[in-house]
Amino acid sequence: MRAVFNKTLLEIAKKDPRIHMVLADIGYGEIEPFRDAFPDRYYNVGVAEQNMTGVACGIAMEGNISITYSIANFPTLRCLEQIRNDVCYHNANVKIVIIGGGVSYGPLGMSHHSTEDIAIMRALPNMVVVVPCDNYEAVAATHAMIEYDGPLYYRCGYKGEKDIHSGPVDFKIGKAITVREGSDVTLMFAGPVGLNVVHAADILAKEGISCRIVSMHTIKPIDKEAIIDASKNTGGIITIEEHNLSGGLGGAVSEVICDEHLSPKVFKRIALPDVNVALIGHQEWIRDQFGMSAEGIAKQIKEAIQK
Amino acid sequence: MENCKKLAKQIRIDSIRMTNNGKSGHVGSMLSMADMIAVLYEKILNVDPKNPKMPDRDRFVLSKGHAGAAVYSALANKGFIPRDWLMTYYCDNGKLMGHISHKVPGVEFSTGSLGHGLPVAVGMAIAARYAKSDRRIICMSSDGDMNEGSTWEAIMFAAQEKLSNLTLVIDYNQVQALGHSEEVIDLRDLKAKLENFGWSACEIDGHNLDEIYASFSSLPHKEGKPTAIIAHTIKCKGIPALEDTVKSHYRFIPDEDIEQVIKKIEEEE
Repeated sequence: MRAVFNKTLLEIAKKDPRIHMVLADIGYGEIEPFRDAFPDRYYNVGVAEQNMTGVACGIAMEGNISITYSIANFPTLRCLEQIRNDVCYHNANVKIVIIGGGVSYGPLGMSHHSTEDIAIMRALPNMVVVVPCDNYEAVAATHAMIEYDGPLYYRCGYKGEKDIHSGPVDFKIGKAITVREGSDVTLMFAGPVGLNVVHAADILAKEGISCRIVSMHTIKPIDKEAIIDASKNTGGIITIEEHNLSGGLGGAVSEVICDEHLSPKVFKRIALPDVNVALIGHQEWIRDQFGMSAEGIAKQIKEAIQK
Repeated sequence: MENCKKLAKQIRIDSIRMTNNGKSGHVGSMLSMADMIAVLYEKILNVDPKNPKMPDRDRFVLSKGHAGAAVYSALANKGFIPRDWLMTYYCDNGKLMGHISHKVPGVEFSTGSLGHGLPVAVGMAIAARYAKSDRRIICMSSDGDMNEGSTWEAIMFAAQEKLSNLTLVIDYNQVQALGHSEEVIDLRDLKAKLENFGWSACEIDGHNLDEIYASFSSLPHKEGKPTAIIAHTIKCKGIPALEDTVKSHYRFIPDEDIEQVIKKIEEEE
């Protein structure tokens, strides 16, 4: 997915001279085409994420669009105050892009797991949070990110993700995309873990359980209408995300349920537990340990709706 | 320089009255940089009170945002904001918050937490270069600000980028929040440090208006390098009882002393 992001950004930057990339010495093998095409719009500040964000903000304050880009938590948590005070307070046109949302970097370990980012980024005023699930959404989200004027957090996958959608999508910030219609329950997911959700729905379909599947690619602003509709017109809502149980997609959806006085028959959050993930293994293996393989998700859905 | 002297006095008096009225701190930080702020707004910065967003204006970023009242005073005296805003500083529903705010016309950037100003100023300097503008970017820092890792990240990168349109002024009064800098974080030979980091660095008396002007009006000091001006100042300069004290970081001048303190500043040659 990161390759698709970089390729799309490069294409957009050819037509938009406002776009600057500000890096903190991360991006090997991916960012070189941008560097070579636009040496006057490419900066590597060294391993210094606070400065990366401050510099990006200063560039953006002058009518440009700055992209900060790094892996996992480096461009978010390491420089959180720069994002809050500099970027968000000044409503600067800075786009914060991470590669490897969730546990994409698996065996690299806890330091490289981005598992609280959605909760933290969505708590910041003026910040938009997008989580594309596959290559089609990644392309569309990159265009939407540049078209949007203001701070935006883009949680990208890593590499080799299989597509969930069958073709280009109509991507609007704040407007969820229905992947499949269904009635017994609505599965709302964010990010590439959605492929396991689709496979889980396939398993359940064989048992006669009909699932609506919705890609909640924007966590902030959240698509209230999609949640209201799912609550009223299907048998309940289950959220699935590769993120800590606290404050992510599940948190955002449950807030809407409370605020709108909704009463879905079923509501469950499938997410990583509130632990520092110290298991050693690749992404799919770690997902499985926390019940987020296709089979694990199917099992949890079944248990939830049959209670 | 007579106008600078007059403005510096007015900044000191306004800062004392504003902090007294708002019952707020940081008067020592305001008074230590008052002379430099006066020279900047009187003679150096290319800014226009009638058009505060003029595209090619010079950018002044106050990284020591806690001393913002001194800049508010300069902005009021130069016509960016009404003078009657000053006495709303730090007050409920006021126009001027305790730390400098970009919501105020003429203020480039909001700061308050230290270590934020210089990275942003570096970004502004890069943007000016990209826009092929000869506008200058001047950032005012402090002892505490020079403790922040992010400040040094920006110092390294500014040298790497050879940003000669960038100037860092350090209001080097050597007093910070919990003590004299020597006892907290001794920056030792700051000039040598900055030169080692690839900057052109000089030291001036931050209360000598002629020296300030000479230094500020000859930017950049060396082509191809960012300029650092280490201004030796006295915390709370102008109120002898509080000069060079840690408590001046927190105190405001109480009602019973204020007229006498202001009288002394007014009478000063």
